[in-house]
Amino acid sequence: MNANARRSAGWTVVNLVVVLYALFPVWWIAALSFKDPSTLTDGDFVPRRWTLENYRGIFRTSEFTRALLNSVGIAVIATTIAVALGTMAAYAVARLRFPGKRLLIGMSLLIAMFPPISLVSPLFDIERVLGLFDTWPGLIIPYMTFSLPLAIYTLSAFFREIPWDLEKAARVDGATPWQAFRLVIAPLAAPGVFTTGILVFIFCWNDFLFAISLTSTRAARTVPAAIAFFTGSSQFQQPTGSIAAAAMVITVPIVVFVLLFQRRIVAGLTAGAVKG
Amino acid sequence: MTLTTTTRATRASAGSRQERRLGWLLCAPAVLVMAAVTAYPVGYAVYLSLQRYDLRFPQRARFVWLDNYVAVLSSPYWWQALSVTVLITAVSVTIELVLGLALALVMHRTILWRGAVRTAVLVPYGIVTVVSAYSWQYAWTPGTGYLAALLPPGSAPLTDHWQAIGLIILAEVWKTTPFMALLLLAGLALVPEETLRAAQVDGAGFGQRLRLVVLPLMKPAILVALLFRTLDAFRVFDDIYVLTGGSNDTGSVSILGYDNLFTALNLGIGSAISVLIFLCVAAIALVFVKVFGAAAPGGEAGGR
Repeated sequence: MNANARRSAGWTVVNLVVVLYALFPVWWIAALSFKDPSTLTDGDFVPRRWTLENYRGIFRTSEFTRALLNSVGIAVIATTIAVALGTMAAYAVARLRFPGKRLLIGMSLLIAMFPPISLVSPLFDIERVLGLFDTWPGLIIPYMTFSLPLAIYTLSAFFREIPWDLEKAARVDGATPWQAFRLVIAPLAAPGVFTTGILVFIFCWNDFLFAISLTSTRAARTVPAAIAFFTGSSQFQQPTGSIAAAAMVITVPIVVFVLLFQRRIVAGLTAGAVKG
Repeated sequence: MTLTTTTRATRASAGSRQERRLGWLLCAPAVLVMAAVTAYPVGYAVYLSLQRYDLRFPQRARFVWLDNYVAVLSSPYWWQALSVTVLITAVSVTIELVLGLALALVMHRTILWRGAVRTAVLVPYGIVTVVSAYSWQYAWTPGTGYLAALLPPGSAPLTDHWQAIGLIILAEVWKTTPFMALLLLAGLALVPEETLRAAQVDGAGFGQRLRLVVLPLMKPAILVALLFRTLDAFRVFDDIYVLTGGSNDTGSVSILGYDNLFTALNLGIGSAISVLIFLCVAAIALVFVKVFGAAAPGGEAGGR
């Protein structure tokens, strides 16, 4: 009893340390975003006077609202395409026997390890010629490409867990491979597809390098890039409050995903690693 | 008898031909996208890197063979950036491995609030790097930040070379340790409980169990996690861009490439740097696979 109590007290302390470690910088930026402009530089860990002024400020200008629209639109479209293409390829990788499979796996591994800066210079030049520079497709294209390997790995790991006998049964009943895929496997695969969608969305939402390199105006600039170009309302004012508030706005969806789908995100991240 | 065998063989080969066609069909869009968006631009980057191509004087562009590479490789800026990048990569990945392993053990073993701990740990993984970088930047800025207030007055850690590098490493470690921990957690789950119990019965302490049982069994997971994190750390950009902007010689190779492309508008030199970074990454991957024998994830995916 006593040993048990001591053990759970020990775990409480350890877990508390872990939780504090994870949330401490998040709390700090949140505290900044709620600070009154006059107390922004007081360095206090908890705001002395709470205010929503910083949030009102960023939503008053189209500089931020447009960036938010760009971020959501670009990430959602890129995620949808990447997951659709990834699902098809992952099904083939997990289920079918065909020459060139290793080539596909090698290719996506190569792209997963690829340094994005190496693509920035040619893409910048190509996109200017094609008129894609500073447009939504100009960012959607690199995002979906770089998240395809993640999608293919995670999905093929999920797909290997599916009870394939059901597919065999469907084939025995006369379904073609395509029908078996569409009618039997796709519904079973939906949770894995959904989880992969979250991981890919986080990936696209997070990007900074492409966002500052392949945009030049608010037409396609996403929030992480827009934040870096925020200016204060006068040249003597630091944009600290606006940056903190904007940072909180793009953190909220991530926190919501994590709270709602913690189990799935962990499963998705670890599935790819073990089963590979 | 012979007849039925032949029919079955024909049907099987027809089936496998159908299977092959479906396989190619399903992979084709992904392969086309990946090839069009990476293979072609990489080739184009190599081509650009052999040109003198300054965007301010586009009409003066011409083919200069390896001049850009000579210029980059004989410049102290490249070697400075490379040494900073290697230092940040080596130190942060080492710390992440140790911390990540500890974190994985906590997540695996804790008897309380397992869900809450895993949820909290996912926040650094999911948060936008630029956001966490700003949080650290404000925390360390004298006058604004609570962390700067803890330091002796007059110190501005982000403007000192070594302190700034330390803070960049701290920001990287905070952000990516959870990812490392989750990859290691997957490996930890593969260690059979009975083996651990047997070791305990035999009198092995916690340290011995970890060193002699857990770590050897986790080796493949550790190597994959290290490979991924090393390559990822090598391309460090966001944290440095926000924290120091690369001033006081804290820029990584990615920062150097970005500055040459978008500040100096020199596509030729910038592309040469891009190609060199790509070669470094390829060399790191090769070392991991050949020397340490990291099984490329997906390598055994032919499983079926």
